[in-house]
Amino acid sequence: MKVAIASGKGGTGKTTVSAALSSVWNRTVIAMDLDVEEPNLHLFLKPQIFGREKAYIEVPVADESKCTYCRACAELCQFKAISVLSNVLLIFTEMCHGCGGCLAICPEKALSPGQRELGEIVWGQAGSAGFLMGRSRVGEAMSPPLMREVKKKLQVMLEGSAADVIIDAPPGVSCPAVNAVMDADVIALVTEPTPFGLYDLQLAYEAFLPLGKPMGIVINRAGLGEDKVYDFCRSRDLPIWAEIPYDRQIAVAYSNSQIIAAVSAQHKALFTDLADKINQAGVIAGAVCHA
Amino acid sequence: MREILVISGKGGTGKTSLTAAFAHLADNHVICDLDVDAPDLHLLLKPDLRQAHDFYAGFEARIEPDKCEGCDTCRQMCQFDAVRAGDPCPTIDPLKCEGCKVCVQFCPADAIAFTSRHCGTWYVSNSRFGTMVHAQLFPGQENSGRLVALLRQKAKELAKAGGQQLILSDGPPGIGCPVISSLSGVHLAVIVTEPTPSGLHDMARITDLCGHFRIPVAVIINKCDLNEQVAGSIQAECRQKGFALVAQLPHDPDFVHAMVREQTLTEFTSSDTVQRIKQAWDQIVALAMDKGRGRNKCTNIACL
Repeated sequence: MKVAIASGKGGTGKTTVSAALSSVWNRTVIAMDLDVEEPNLHLFLKPQIFGREKAYIEVPVADESKCTYCRACAELCQFKAISVLSNVLLIFTEMCHGCGGCLAICPEKALSPGQRELGEIVWGQAGSAGFLMGRSRVGEAMSPPLMREVKKKLQVMLEGSAADVIIDAPPGVSCPAVNAVMDADVIALVTEPTPFGLYDLQLAYEAFLPLGKPMGIVINRAGLGEDKVYDFCRSRDLPIWAEIPYDRQIAVAYSNSQIIAAVSAQHKALFTDLADKINQAGVIAGAVCHA
Repeated sequence: MREILVISGKGGTGKTSLTAAFAHLADNHVICDLDVDAPDLHLLLKPDLRQAHDFYAGFEARIEPDKCEGCDTCRQMCQFDAVRAGDPCPTIDPLKCEGCKVCVQFCPADAIAFTSRHCGTWYVSNSRFGTMVHAQLFPGQENSGRLVALLRQKAKELAKAGGQQLILSDGPPGIGCPVISSLSGVHLAVIVTEPTPSGLHDMARITDLCGHFRIPVAVIINKCDLNEQVAGSIQAECRQKGFALVAQLPHDPDFVHAMVREQTLTEFTSSDTVQRIKQAWDQIVALAMDKGRGRNKCTNIACL
């Protein structure tokens, strides 16, 4: 079973929930941080690192001695990554999406595959949970290519030994967020009972609804703000799987890199209960669970 | 004309609440919400829409079943795993399609349509604090970097036409495409962070990015009383890197109380937090207006 922990708004508690859930999950699990721009899960799980490797995207490199400046590559490129001016060929590597079109279309074979560094992939073990994260290179504009590479690494890890997966997704509802949740069996949306939390929850709900996956809500900082988020959940038949109370003790524990499930037995029970609810939703949806 | 951008790396540190307060305090400015994925500034500023425009960016490919000969070239060439084998013909997953045109170009049967993507809507509005430019990307869309660039361009045009000297922008979280697009060429980046391990980790990455683009940095530590030790690390980071630490704000539930009433904190109360925000804003304006600290003469160590 793959569970994505997502939210429209940033800072609602995705990482808090992902870390706590990984710590109480009662089957073999890999915690995967796909918020590659600002990955934070490792700060709480404090995994023992087994390995790390750089990830790359394939970009064109020109051999200008072969180029006839026919412009075929520049005309095909949809991302303005290649420009041909009378007899100069310019490649803007940072703009390239790695589609390979220019390499395939060049009649002179003047372009060959090169690399742009996307960032790094790091893996290890945190207690009983496996750990995997991507961290983008500062200055790298695109996160989906690195997310794809992290998911390939996950596939290799899962082939080695089957496990459930908890995905810490990036904020927002655009391409990177959808990329993070699209392979999940179940989506838990973390929100807070404030106008910002509600508005962004509505966006996330609309973004993920077409994926056809079971969704449930985790309300963080419950008791703060207002009740409209509850009305929204009722109106959309969205089950509320957990409410994490608004409590300074939790905020302080977070600031000390603590996993919230470890704060007290009561906090732990909150997350074992959440894990049960997620499991029930996943089983109904036909997810395969790994012992 | 000067552009001030409020960013954070980590989401939820208080960017939008503070931008709204600054919008209240500022004079003679245009307001811009550059978080086009999950914009929230309009929830506090309640703008009246003046103009709404469709935003189109990029293309998406779609296989036309009556023309497809089932050769599988598209699936083999797609680098994004967007083409799914199917009967009688493959289909393209619009969520995975990057709009690169490779399948369209190489389809021997000319069976793939390539249509422009309607990605969202952008607006020019009147708010109680002045003209506001904002947008809403449709859920699941990409290309927000282009939409950000478009909003900034419109804000500049409006400011020029209206004689405003300042553009105040609320930025997106993260450090990727929309942030890079928000950041390039601004006169000051105001980074809102919090004394948590995530706040510290993400601030290091966003300030590195600012260094990359030679943007001067001011820092606000929000919820500063949550963890004195981590707050101390952030202060030390500011000293070491030469960032102006313009405010330390307490963990103040009034931010939420004001939000529920659709007010900025500066409208809601005149508490100590508000006094600190006012002082911070004065410093921010001074930093952004300082001609000697123009974007190409940045004195931050991170820029050298």
